[in-house]
Amino acid sequence: MTMPTRRTILKGGLALAALPALPGLAFGQEKLKVGFAYLAVPGDYGWTYAHDVGANDLAAALGDKVEVTKVENVGEAGPNVERVLRELAQQGHKLIFATTFGHMEACVKVSAEFPDVIFEHCTGYMTGPNLGTYNARFYEGRAVIGTIAGHMSKKGVAGYIASFPIPEVVMGMNAFLIAARKVNPNFVLKAAYLSTWFDPAKEGAQAQAFIDQGCDFITQHTDSPAPVELCERLGIPCFGQASDMSAFGPEQCLTSIVDNWGPHYIKTAQAVLDGTWKPGQPWESLADGGVIITPYNKNVPAEVAAAADVVKNGQIDGSFHIFTGPLKDRDGAEFVAAGVTPDDGFLLGMQTYVEGVEVIG
Amino acid sequence: MSIEFIIAIISAIVLVATPILLAGLGELVVEKSGVLNLGVEGMMLIGAVTGFAVTSLSGNPYLGVLAAACTGAAASMIFGFLTLTLSANQVATGLALTIFGGGFSALAGKAFLGKTVPAFTQLFPTGLATDPIWKVIFGYSPIVYFSLAMCVATAWFLKRSRAGLILRAVGENDLSAHSIGYSVIGVRYAAVAFGGAMAGIAGSMFSLVLTPIWAEGLTAGRGWIALALVVFAAWKPYRLLVGAYIFGAVMTLEVHAKAAGGLFSALPSELWAALPYLATLIVLVIISMRRGSRSGAPACLGKPFIPTA
Repeated sequence: MTMPTRRTILKGGLALAALPALPGLAFGQEKLKVGFAYLAVPGDYGWTYAHDVGANDLAAALGDKVEVTKVENVGEAGPNVERVLRELAQQGHKLIFATTFGHMEACVKVSAEFPDVIFEHCTGYMTGPNLGTYNARFYEGRAVIGTIAGHMSKKGVAGYIASFPIPEVVMGMNAFLIAARKVNPNFVLKAAYLSTWFDPAKEGAQAQAFIDQGCDFITQHTDSPAPVELCERLGIPCFGQASDMSAFGPEQCLTSIVDNWGPHYIKTAQAVLDGTWKPGQPWESLADGGVIITPYNKNVPAEVAAAADVVKNGQIDGSFHIFTGPLKDRDGAEFVAAGVTPDDGFLLGMQTYVEGVEVIG
Repeated sequence: MSIEFIIAIISAIVLVATPILLAGLGELVVEKSGVLNLGVEGMMLIGAVTGFAVTSLSGNPYLGVLAAACTGAAASMIFGFLTLTLSANQVATGLALTIFGGGFSALAGKAFLGKTVPAFTQLFPTGLATDPIWKVIFGYSPIVYFSLAMCVATAWFLKRSRAGLILRAVGENDLSAHSIGYSVIGVRYAAVAFGGAMAGIAGSMFSLVLTPIWAEGLTAGRGWIALALVVFAAWKPYRLLVGAYIFGAVMTLEVHAKAAGGLFSALPSELWAALPYLATLIVLVIISMRRGSRSGAPACLGKPFIPTA
């Protein structure tokens, strides 16, 4: 029988296809070797693209003092993550950035094995003596685009293409909906988890399904520009994710929330070079440039742009926080009391959806 | 449920199913000739990037599809030369082709990141193609009609034509075919080239119709689904058609269930995401069981042919 062997081969093939090619060793240099473990590929034009821009900023800013290695397609989870991090450490990289939430456990494990290597994990919450985290307050950007959708959506129903049910994503949905409801109290956010960060055809199919079911705004927390491109063709307003996606939606992409990792990478590598690095949990924001809202599309009316700017500037000067209570969960129970602004720990563990978010968990 | 909504759903199913059907038909013919080419995903990516690049430069999507078919076939010739002429291991070479396709398409596509391409013009008169009801039959991209025609043609070719009989003979018993004077290697080269061209066209469906953009890894593993479907369809073109459309239907159900929520919330979203794969496999296994236990695998599948005399 050929079938069983064939199926085994297929499985092996999938695993093999995921193997990234690690670049060869460089010998005897004084440079700080910095390794990046990428979720996907820079050409995704989304999440990994943004990290790659940051890595290139680092290489450009510190020039001869650093040597940057990038490993693509490490994946969100699985044994491959640990293997890549370990190989980077064994090859003499003294600073390693693991760039997606799913790398957390591998970071904890491998950082314990290599105490003289510094690890930084993006969007996680676990730290160690040589393991720090870094993140950006994307929810601040989502509060701005939620405000725009609240003003401009006629039906008051938006579709949210999401990846995985992790706090990062839940926070984004909630921030969007809270902001939209401050404008239109009946606003509803339909969200869908695709169980992937990058599958253009599926992201497009999900956007199409939302539109077929009556959503008149689309926003995404997955990485490809496919939904924006589709919305442009169908005339449905939408927002770009992770990088400036206006090229795909010159009329309909109202703004993009851009992840700007360069400043953090440069700061961190400089601290390692200076010997001043300490494990921290920096959370970059609109205020320090870690999150950027690109200029609004010409189709955003001036009064809507002004309202969005109020939310944006309020978050920059600290006078406004999107998660200030009262917040009710989907059963109507209050989970943030009136006037209370939850701390970062609460936000980073957020698993509760606010009233008005419709999602299959 | 309005008629417009049902039509929207049918259109979505057709779009998901078509590239899998195209790539699967190509691979089916390749395997019928006794060759296992695991490089479908790689050839699809090469087709996707070439189709996009040529359409972007020439402004003509038909030229793009043609170029995608040619480069898909050209990529498959690398595989053909290694496995047929040099008798290299087909599994390893196919996997290498997938990895090569991923890397090559990323490199070739760098210049086209962030670009958009013109769409196909409608094949049928605008009145029919954009009519809210009739577009369910007449409103698709030409690649969709091509895939259905190719399904009929492939079934006819394998079952009814003399050339198809020779191709199957080569796949079932290469030595016998060789001993009565057929060129085993020649037939296999032709089959592999056909498979490459079809995979290339399937890839261009992604970059020209489904998501008219270029992003690395655009096909996101659909080549592997096409490969698996060929096995579960027991190497029969019409079952492959059924399999591809079931996959399309359940994936469309998945995205609509997630958008609708409500009753559909009974299943967790991870299960919904797995459902297209599960449902397709279950249905094809049931079809295969009912019609006897023979899996239909060509007897010489994956074996190199080394003529001794």
